[in-house]
Amino acid sequence: MNYWSFERFFEAWPYILKGLHITVGVTISAFLFALIFGFVWTFLRRIPERHINWVVTWVMEFIRSTPPLVQLFFIYYAWPEIPVVGVTLSPFASAVVGFGIHFSTYIGEIYRSGIESVDNGQWEAATALNFSLLDKWRLIILPQAFPPTVPMLGNYFIIMFKEVPLASTIGLTGILHMANSFGSEHFNLIEALTIVGIIFLVLSYPSARLIKKLEVKLNTRFDKNQVIDPVE
Amino acid sequence: MTKPIVEYKDVHKSFGDVEVLKGIDLDIFPAEKIAVIGPSGSGKTTIIRMLMTLEEPTDGDIIVDGKNLWKMNKNGKMVEADEKHLREIRGDIGMVFQHFNLFPHMTILENCMTSPIHVKGEKKKEVKQRSIDMLERVGLGDKINNYPSQLSGGQKQRVAMARALVMRPKIMLFDEVTSALDPELVGEVLEVIRDIAKNDDMAMVLVTHEMDFALDVADKVLFLDDGVIAEQGSASDVIEHSENPRVQEFLSRFRG
Repeated sequence: MNYWSFERFFEAWPYILKGLHITVGVTISAFLFALIFGFVWTFLRRIPERHINWVVTWVMEFIRSTPPLVQLFFIYYAWPEIPVVGVTLSPFASAVVGFGIHFSTYIGEIYRSGIESVDNGQWEAATALNFSLLDKWRLIILPQAFPPTVPMLGNYFIIMFKEVPLASTIGLTGILHMANSFGSEHFNLIEALTIVGIIFLVLSYPSARLIKKLEVKLNTRFDKNQVIDPVE
Repeated sequence: MTKPIVEYKDVHKSFGDVEVLKGIDLDIFPAEKIAVIGPSGSGKTTIIRMLMTLEEPTDGDIIVDGKNLWKMNKNGKMVEADEKHLREIRGDIGMVFQHFNLFPHMTILENCMTSPIHVKGEKKKEVKQRSIDMLERVGLGDKINNYPSQLSGGQKQRVAMARALVMRPKIMLFDEVTSALDPELVGEVLEVIRDIAKNDDMAMVLVTHEMDFALDVADKVLFLDDGVIAEQGSASDVIEHSENPRVQEFLSRFRG
């Protein structure tokens, strides 16, 4: 038996890479979707009304506690069957919406923790200086709330990237799907799936390093104009 | 006789079930320097925080320059002030905090410049010059491009004062501004406040534990005890000649 063939291994590469832009495209689109939708959750959570808060909290909890795969199936197969609001989405769009909504609940929590990490004294100083509410957020709070969230957002980006192959189950023609179809044509999946593994490693690892770098950079940002004459 | 710039009229404040202020009546006149002293928990800080609109009174009125701070007229009825109303009045008031509350993501020059530009819409060039002048006045002209994290506590507090002064308030509030400082840094901050008190004509309210300083700078001293103004008068009347046993007991703890 021929378990491993380098010939097949090299032959599979171009075939599987044809799915790469789909996998990466879904990841980036869904992440952008989640970044934006995360704001909605954060905003809703901040409404100082007990009932709204309760409903929002439970909706978020529901979305987070349900497997992304089930959500993908629902959006792709079940949603079109719902009268009036039902819409048929392509596998790509379903994946973007599905992962986007799922991860937006986590990202909303990250935003919240970022905002809460800003000391209350900053709000008070901004009030004392008579800033408008918009300027408080824009000039004082968000510039401080954002940097500490970067590593967490980056981690979720990578986690999401690794979840995207789930969408091959709804026909998304990403790298896993391509590998599968290559494998079934050649009656051997070893090379093809190995390649998928390599691609994920090659993309995930440098991304993680990049995020680490960005984190360090953001943390030292406040000291960018070197110390002329440090603390007396 | 000049009209007061701020009037407290039977102001009460409760936090939950605890009544911290039990009816404060107080007039602050333009250019007047008032020191508020008293045991911790007596509500000193709350008095000025309500004027800075950081706490809302439970009852009573605070009048600033003839306008009711926390209430406004809406269709002939007095209702709770909205943010727009508060912003109109708040522009006359500045505050320096115990923990400085500088913006850590801005240089100290940017800390001073940001509100005149964004709140008052002043020209950047003019604000910059004024901010530099102010930072020089507080002795930090050589640090304008440093970040707050690079400064000592005393320096931070001096920046906080420059930042408030650049807004040209009519009333400046100082909330225990030396309490968070190492003892050797207290002097430099008091020196700046002394300079402001002697040379600027704004009203100042200082919540402080520095008795000698209060004696030196304040026109009037309030002794706050258990949510009421238990004693008030000239600095020497209250700090040196008071016959109120609570005042004497309080002061004895400072004299050691």
